[in-house]
This record gives sequence, C-alpha cells and structure tokens, in this order.
Amino acid sequence: MHRTGELYEQYRTMEQQRETASLGMWIFLSTEVLFFGGLFMTYTLNRSTYPDIFSEASKTIKLSWGAINTVVLIGSSLTMAMAVWASQAGRKKALTWFLIATLVLGTVFLGIKSIEYHDKYVEHHIPGWNFQFEPGADAATNAHTQLFFSLYFGMTGLHALHMIIGAGLLIWLVKESVKGRFTPEYNTPVENIGLYWHFVDIVWIFLFPLLYLIDRH
Amino acid sequence: MSEHHIVSPKIYFTIFGILMICTFLTVAAAEVDLNRYFSGLNIIVALTIAVFKASLVVLFFMHGKYSPKRTQLVIIASVFWLAIMLFMTMSDYVTRPWS
Repeated sequence: MHRTGELYEQYRTMEQQRETASLGMWIFLSTEVLFFGGLFMTYTLNRSTYPDIFSEASKTIKLSWGAINTVVLIGSSLTMAMAVWASQAGRKKALTWFLIATLVLGTVFLGIKSIEYHDKYVEHHIPGWNFQFEPGADAATNAHTQLFFSLYFGMTGLHALHMIIGAGLLIWLVKESVKGRFTPEYNTPVENIGLYWHFVDIVWIFLFPLLYLIDRH
Repeated sequence: MSEHHIVSPKIYFTIFGILMICTFLTVAAAEVDLNRYFSGLNIIVALTIAVFKASLVVLFFMHGKYSPKRTQLVIIASVFWLAIMLFMTMSDYVTRPWS
C-alpha cells in the first residue's frame, strides 16, 4: 500500500480525511486519560487518607532530577511540535532532525528516570520484602509509605512504558522521514504520534507536582 | 470546513517559554509554606499551574484551538469522564462516617 496523500474513496475532501484521522487519535487518547485516571484516582484517595505519610515519603525523592526531567520532556514536546510543523511546511531534512532531537530528549528522560529508580533501589524504597522507609521505622509507617512508593512506581512506570512505546514509534518515523515519505499532503503519522507524545508530556506535567512537590517547604 | 491550519514556530517557542516559566513557578511555590494562609493552598496552587500548563499543551502543541468542534468535544468529554470518576468516588469516600 502506498500512502502518498491520495484521497480515499470514503472521504469527500482531503480536509475531511485528515480530520477523521485526528479525531480517531483523540478518541484513543480519551481512553488513555481514563487508563491513567484510575491511578490518579487511587493516588487522590490514598493521599487524602494519609496526607502526612505522603508528604514524608515525597521528600525522599530528589526534586532536582524531577525538575530536570520536566524541562527535558517539555523540550521534547517542543521539538515534536516543530517536527509536525516541518512536515507541514515540506522541510524534509528539518523534519528528520526534529524527530531525532525528540528521540534523544525522550531517551535522556528515561536515562534520568533509571538513575532515580536505582537510587530508590539502594534506599530500600521499592515496595516488597526489602522495603524499609528509614532505619527503625514502625510497621504502620512502612505499610503506608509503601502505598506512596507503589503509586510512585506504578504511575511513573506506566508513564515510562508510554515513553518507551513513543520512542519506538519515533524510530519508525525517523526511518520513514529519511525515505522522504512525509509531505505536506501526507503527514498523518507525524501528527498522530505527535499527539501521543504531547499526551505523555501532559501526564508528566501532573505527575511532577503530585509526586515530587508535596510540602517541600 | 476550515482550511488546514499550520501553527507557526514562533507560537511553539512562545508556548515553550511560558511552560518553562510555569515549571519554575510550580517548584518555587512548593518551597513556600502556603498552607499556613489557607489549608491545602500548596496543592491548589500546584494543580492550578499543572492544569494551565496542560491546557497550553492541548490548545497549541496539540492544535486543540484549531481543531474542528467535534474533536474539541472529544477533548472536553475525556476531561469530563475523568472528573466524574474523581468526583463521584471521592464524594462517596468522604461521606462515610463509619470508616
């Protein structure tokens, strides 16, 4: 199948064809909102039940890594948006470079995330048998801080999984853009993977204050 | 149906700048004890900034502002469903005197 920007028979105009592809992506993203929503619901409930414990546990996460990663990820959203622009403007070389920049920034984000996970491993903050919030912590503190760290790993883990899938999609986009497949007439994959990438960015925009910034003062 | 809208790089860079300022503000606000003025003010400020940032991403990076009405309806619907889940579940939990 050669998708080079021709009008398919079920559509009346190119504009309608393009909007349909975008609408489909948005409907998928609305299911993603609810997919992450379940975790945000669990977080809201547990934080409102154990506000002090969540505050204590949050302070053990390094704020600097989270802040740097926020900048890195929003930066990758900018390069992704610029990639969409390059594809619309027919700048094929620029498109490839913006896609590569997005991929690099996404990889940097995952690298920093793995450093953070390793820190938590060393500190015995991974929920399970070897979990210990701090030396001599009582059973209730250990149990309730594990709730926080379960949510920390669950939420950032699901987010990281989305990033890994996004990175895979970006590699494919780079490959296709090098072949010169995307033109101002046909750039639906760039636009839709762009939407996905920005969605993952939005999830992080909420995860950052909720996990890293509880009562930092 | 509107002509396909191409958002200019200038807008993208401006939005990026605002997002960076907001990221700085949210970290700065978290370092200050706002709760002594009003209980829970810290989380309210943090979430307000997050919602503002997310709105900018949806409207400009994701072209929500330039999308057709039916796409905008899907965007609003997804937020609305999330609100139903959070609001209905929490209104149940906070009104249980026996727990």
